[in-house]
Amino acid sequence: MKVLIRGAGVAGLTLAHELAARGAGVTVVERRQGLAGSASWAAGGMLAPWCERESAEEAVLTMGRTAAGWWDAALPGHVIRNGTLVLAPPRDRGELDRFARRTGGHRIVDAAAIEALEPDLAGRFGRALFFAGEAHLDPRLALRALQAKLAVLGVRFAFGYGAVYGPQDADAEADCTGTAARRPGLRAVRGEMLLLRCRDVSLARPVRLLHPRFPVYVVPRADNLFMVGATMVESAATGPVTARSVMELLNAAYALHPAFGEAEIVEAGVGLRPAYPDNLPRVEHEGRRFSVNGLYRHGFLLAPAMVRQAADLIFAHCPKPVEGALS
Amino acid sequence: MLTLYGTEVSSRLLLGTALYPSPAVMAEAVRRSGTEIVTVSLRRETAGGRSGGEFWSLIRSLGVRVLPNTAGCHSVKEAVTTARMAREVFATDWIKLEVIGNHDTLQPDVFGLVEAARILAAEGFQVFPYTTDDLVVAERLVDAGCRLLMPWCAPIGSARGPQNIDALRSLRAHFPDLPLIVDAGIGRPSHAAAVMELGYDAVLLNTAVAKAGDPAAMAAAFAGAIDAGRAAWLAGMLEPRDMAVPSTPVIGQAVFS
Repeated sequence: MKVLIRGAGVAGLTLAHELAARGAGVTVVERRQGLAGSASWAAGGMLAPWCERESAEEAVLTMGRTAAGWWDAALPGHVIRNGTLVLAPPRDRGELDRFARRTGGHRIVDAAAIEALEPDLAGRFGRALFFAGEAHLDPRLALRALQAKLAVLGVRFAFGYGAVYGPQDADAEADCTGTAARRPGLRAVRGEMLLLRCRDVSLARPVRLLHPRFPVYVVPRADNLFMVGATMVESAATGPVTARSVMELLNAAYALHPAFGEAEIVEAGVGLRPAYPDNLPRVEHEGRRFSVNGLYRHGFLLAPAMVRQAADLIFAHCPKPVEGALS
Repeated sequence: MLTLYGTEVSSRLLLGTALYPSPAVMAEAVRRSGTEIVTVSLRRETAGGRSGGEFWSLIRSLGVRVLPNTAGCHSVKEAVTTARMAREVFATDWIKLEVIGNHDTLQPDVFGLVEAARILAAEGFQVFPYTTDDLVVAERLVDAGCRLLMPWCAPIGSARGPQNIDALRSLRAHFPDLPLIVDAGIGRPSHAAAVMELGYDAVLLNTAVAKAGDPAAMAAAFAGAIDAGRAAWLAGMLEPRDMAVPSTPVIGQAVFS
């Protein structure tokens, strides 16, 4: 069976992996010149289903719990299982209580435990929530590694081609183009993020800083890099990051640790999250045209569960004998 | 019925559309609240082109009136510009006018508010001013052309409930015929009932519903409290007394001695 996948973000690449692993011949067509520029490229890469349950449906937790395992199996060495630390400035401690009530899978830790987990945050916070079962990865490294692995598995890539391009003999076509797909009900939720380089702070895990108005997270990456995100704006505007968003994101990083005041701003990026009205992803199909979309702020978290569903559906509806596996 | 700039509404709950877990949850909360007016904030980066269009068409599909607001504006110029953009985007003269004076408390800049209200009223806007409970400011807003007032009862999103009952009472007494809508600071249904019992005409909510564990159920709870508060105000309530008064008549009871 031959499948054409449109879009080389996290949905497209994970679907390619799932299909190739089951013996399909896969071609991935991407309108951009490379992997950079997609919503996935601007993602935080947190595999944090318990934390996300604060504002998301139960399905996000149910589907998201298997994500770290999927990534570990697909790309050994990429998943860091250090949990998540959730903090609040002293005057917003009510937010911590609210967050604790709305979520599970955490324990309340005191100043000494915070210091043990993150020595650089010693003395700065008296109380936190620790979600030990959560994990994170670097989305850009993961996407690149996935592309490299797929190429070895025989998946073909065509970068820089728009919607019309593709092999004519595909048995199925899967659209994973996010907000570009313009499906009914699908909208864009703009997110702005910063990439900072700070040599004076090191963190072992994503840290979420609660604030009634601007909740943000800081995710540590290799080479002293930190991803700070992310705003949520009901908009499909792709223009540059606004000054206010930069101020709020930097304020939060500074509140976490004043050393971030000396950080270099390596990048200020924008991504458009594709979302359906219930903010839950969908696998849909009309005949042999399939769609995996609406991953919203849960691309790396929910893509594994969604592409398993999508692959099941594709094989169920296109049951051609697999004569050209990996061709 | 409540009349706001010539438009009659039967629901006395106005609902904000921000901060919900998803638009689907927001839509369900709007349905359960029975509201006929929702507020929508306009950000400059969303104003042009088709950006934000999906979210707005979702709001239009709710079948309720949209009251755009100038949330997040810190100057007269910003607020006036945002109001003009909102008029084009939403095709309405209604504008909920916010001019924020303090970044931390989100307290209205009442001086800028009066100035912006005057400019917008002269341009034919029907202004819903988000103000404090200050009586003199209220008078200036009416002079500027506002035909209703939206005083806070506590800072936005603080969930603290009425902080100054006397000021709210005094506003009601001075403006017996002007629609007064409590905007901001309500945390729970009893707060909403309390201000409705003071004779306020309506309540505007957002965070208290959107950030509840079950926003749709909370919207319904608020609708009930607002109806109860209104009915109590109309029915006329007892004033507190210093002494106990038995509710069972004592005259005619048998005397055992």
